[in-house]
Amino acid sequence: MGNKKDVWQGTLALMVLKTLQTMGPLHGYGIARRIEQTSGDLLSLNYGTLYPALLKMEQEGSITSEWGTSENNRKAKFYRLTRAGRKQLEQEAREWEATTSILARFLSPGEEQA
Amino acid sequence: MKMLRALALRVAGMFSKDRREQEFAAEIESHLQMQIEDNLRAGMPADEARRAALLKLGGMEQTKQAYRERGTMPLLESLLHDVRYARRQCRKNPGFTLTAVIVLALGIGASTAIFSAVYPILFRPLPYAGADRITMVWESRRGERPMAVAFATFYGMRQRNRSFEALAVMSPWQPAMIGSGEPARLEGQQVSAEFFRVLGVLPALGRDFQASDDQFHGPNNVILSDRLWRTRFGADATIVGRKITLNNNPYTVIGVMPASFEDVLAPATELWSPLQSNPALPMDGREWGHNLQMIGRLRTGVSMQAAQGEGTVILHTLGQEYTKGYDSSGGASQAMLVYRLQDDITRDVKPALLAIVGGVGLVLLIACVNVINLLLARGAQRQSEFAMRVALGAGRGRLLQQLLTESLLLALVGGILGIALAQAGVRALVALSPADLPRLNAIHVDSTAFLFAFAITTAVGLVVGVIPALQAARSDPQSGLQKSSRTATGKQQFTRRALVIAEMAIALVLLVSAGLLLRSVQRLFAIPPGFTPSHLLTMQVQDYSRRPAAEPQWPEFDAARARFYERALQAVREIPGVQDAAFTSQLPLSGDFEGNSLYFESLPGEKAIGAYRYEVTPGYFATMRIPLIRGRLLTEDDKAGAPGAVLISDSLGRRLFPHQDPLGERVKMGPDMGRTDRSWHTVVGVVGDVKQASLALQDPDAFYTTPMQWAWVDNVQSLVVRTSGDPTQLIPAIRSAVWSVDKDQPIVRVATMDTLVAESEAQRHFALVLFEAFALVGLLLAATGIYGVLSGSVTERTREIGVRAALGASPAAILALVLRQGMKLAGIGVVIGLAGALASSRALTTLLFRVSERDPVTYAGVTGALLAVAAIACWIPARRAAQVDPAITLRAE
Repeated sequence: MGNKKDVWQGTLALMVLKTLQTMGPLHGYGIARRIEQTSGDLLSLNYGTLYPALLKMEQEGSITSEWGTSENNRKAKFYRLTRAGRKQLEQEAREWEATTSILARFLSPGEEQA
Repeated sequence: MKMLRALALRVAGMFSKDRREQEFAAEIESHLQMQIEDNLRAGMPADEARRAALLKLGGMEQTKQAYRERGTMPLLESLLHDVRYARRQCRKNPGFTLTAVIVLALGIGASTAIFSAVYPILFRPLPYAGADRITMVWESRRGERPMAVAFATFYGMRQRNRSFEALAVMSPWQPAMIGSGEPARLEGQQVSAEFFRVLGVLPALGRDFQASDDQFHGPNNVILSDRLWRTRFGADATIVGRKITLNNNPYTVIGVMPASFEDVLAPATELWSPLQSNPALPMDGREWGHNLQMIGRLRTGVSMQAAQGEGTVILHTLGQEYTKGYDSSGGASQAMLVYRLQDDITRDVKPALLAIVGGVGLVLLIACVNVINLLLARGAQRQSEFAMRVALGAGRGRLLQQLLTESLLLALVGGILGIALAQAGVRALVALSPADLPRLNAIHVDSTAFLFAFAITTAVGLVVGVIPALQAARSDPQSGLQKSSRTATGKQQFTRRALVIAEMAIALVLLVSAGLLLRSVQRLFAIPPGFTPSHLLTMQVQDYSRRPAAEPQWPEFDAARARFYERALQAVREIPGVQDAAFTSQLPLSGDFEGNSLYFESLPGEKAIGAYRYEVTPGYFATMRIPLIRGRLLTEDDKAGAPGAVLISDSLGRRLFPHQDPLGERVKMGPDMGRTDRSWHTVVGVVGDVKQASLALQDPDAFYTTPMQWAWVDNVQSLVVRTSGDPTQLIPAIRSAVWSVDKDQPIVRVATMDTLVAESEAQRHFALVLFEAFALVGLLLAATGIYGVLSGSVTERTREIGVRAALGASPAAILALVLRQGMKLAGIGVVIGLAGALASSRALTTLLFRVSERDPVTYAGVTGALLAVAAIACWIPARRAAQVDPAITLRAE
């Protein structure tokens, strides 16, 4: 249980960072919806876990937040990337790509096996 | 970095909790509203839209909780909560808290004080670079204790050895400095050139001694200590090169040592001058006396054994080359001994210090046991509280954490008080300490001691807390809730009784130690010193003028010096209240130590016989009340030119001439030995034995001459004055009487003989006082321990006792019942304690005197005392039990 959650949290942070990079400043609900949409609704995100993750990222300095007004004229807290967050995103994205490509080589049937 | 930042923010978050929670509530609310709008737009009915939104969130409270936990430090928070709670608990029970804190403060304070004293002496490296290579070097004769080095030995060793990087010798030097006020005697050392190089310390100002300084008839140079430089010379930065007057001679200051420099060999030293011994080695000079301390810095990689081996070989060659010289001092030594300097200076005090460390450890242990017992008793009272908490959902771990927090808090308060106590304790220790305790000025409560106190406090907090906490956490909530608040389970009773037994046992061990030491000291002071110490005042008087270097002028010089002492004596005798007065070159039991050798004409086989040498004015024996056993005493007629007269001690006479009268034997002494141009002295009398080094030692061989019949007149003499009244009253009169003869002579070490005798056993006395204190604390704690347990048990058994009383048990029977219960614990404790004491008292052996470490009287005595105190402690609750009114107690439950 615990291990799964950790992995999930790690990837969740990456998703949040990427979302904020493409979308610019966004509120929590918007981030959650956007992640679901980007995944083609394959991911079902428990919205409750998003907020502690956002707080953790804010404490670590990769994002920052301020109150603003939503498109529907509602008061909402907007999150945006900091410079440290941008750097973290680049690095984690690179690492993630490396990991997935390695895993892909393992999982796809290689020529040697044929 | 990232994690640290997050950690800091989370800790800070603990203080802005409310604001953040409000903000999060607003954020989550806006989140919900947005989703509800989306859901409505997707066509859901209104109530369904809200429910789905909440569901998607995964529950409102859970989300808030997860957010809260991320926002702060839950662990730290519960800890802070526990501390607050513990503080409240302690305040609610001031009696319990005060007792526990005082007991812990005593234990922690005492151990910190002892640690502060013992650690720097025994374990902290000496304050020198490469201190491990600095060694003390002694000569050794077969079967005897290490012996001071003769200059000839040093001279030969320095030339020939390959083991030492640097070698140096030193001897005490007490020059007089006459300023505007009273003449002062400074504490100095005469050292050979490489002294500071051996220690590896350079002067802060000026230069170190060089070979050219340390030559026979060399220049008069001195190096000052930082303290002397500041107190006497106002820290004058231009002092190097200036001349100061010591012993009426000009000396040039060539250096000042740094403030941090500590001369562990002679801590009081204020200045150093070169030794300037004569390498031509005249046989009647000090060069052949064993009067020098030698230190050496080993070359890297050379072991002490190797250095010792090489030294011994060199010594044997020297013995063959200087047969005459070594003969006059009783033959060459058999071997050289090399010890690490730190071991050497602490050797004498180590057993006592280690015994004291053991004693204080027991005190700490008994304090811990006592507090554990207090906590257990309180745990029993709080059982229903714990049960309630467990029932309400507190985990066992959480309960454990809370109780440990409480005990740690107690220990912390105790520890802080303990450090304050240790500060006072260390001051008392230093004041009490025997004069031969090395490195006294390194003793204070410093950061190492603080660290020690903190470590001990934490350890004590955990140790003391863990048993009661485990017991509380283990208890069954259901039975705890059902039971009334006052009864303890059988298991707790068992633990508490075991602890009381332990307390009794430890207290007995401490009592036995204190008892053995007390009996030793009593026996010691019951030993007659050989003279009557009461109503005797002593002081050292010095004539600082230097004996001329050339022999022809000696008789004239010695006569002048003797005249000064003679006239001073006259002046002192005229003071009303003075019964008798005399001068002596050394004083018994004062730390003075001068041996010399005798050669008897009728004992040609014996090479030289070592004995204490006293150079005394004729009135000495009457003043000290040393009895004449045979022959006659010294008189005014035994002066220069008259036939030499010598007195020997009874023991020396019996040892050398068991079957004949020693009177009339002819003898040559010390520097005269081996010289045919010196005449023989005759033994004219035998006097009673006197304890010189210590009351405990059997070494009373001694001989006495008048000053003018010895090879020189000593420049430092002790004046002894027998008074009719309180001797201290006469101090000013006696001082001014001496100064009326010569106002420039320093007078030091003014003390009554009673004080000197007491101080001669300072080490045993020191250990005794500490162990008495330890034993007293132990006894008190054990008594309160047994009282606490018994009184708790009486309270718990009130109902049972009531039933017994109702069924006809007499008050006396109930009293006996409770007393028996308590005394059984005390009895078991005593038996275990006796075994422990038998095993541990061996550590005290070196401190004991004429008392076996298994002395039955001591064991019986302290056992009786402990049982008596235990009986009193049991009596109080027992009486309460006997007074129980059955009607009231039976109705109460």
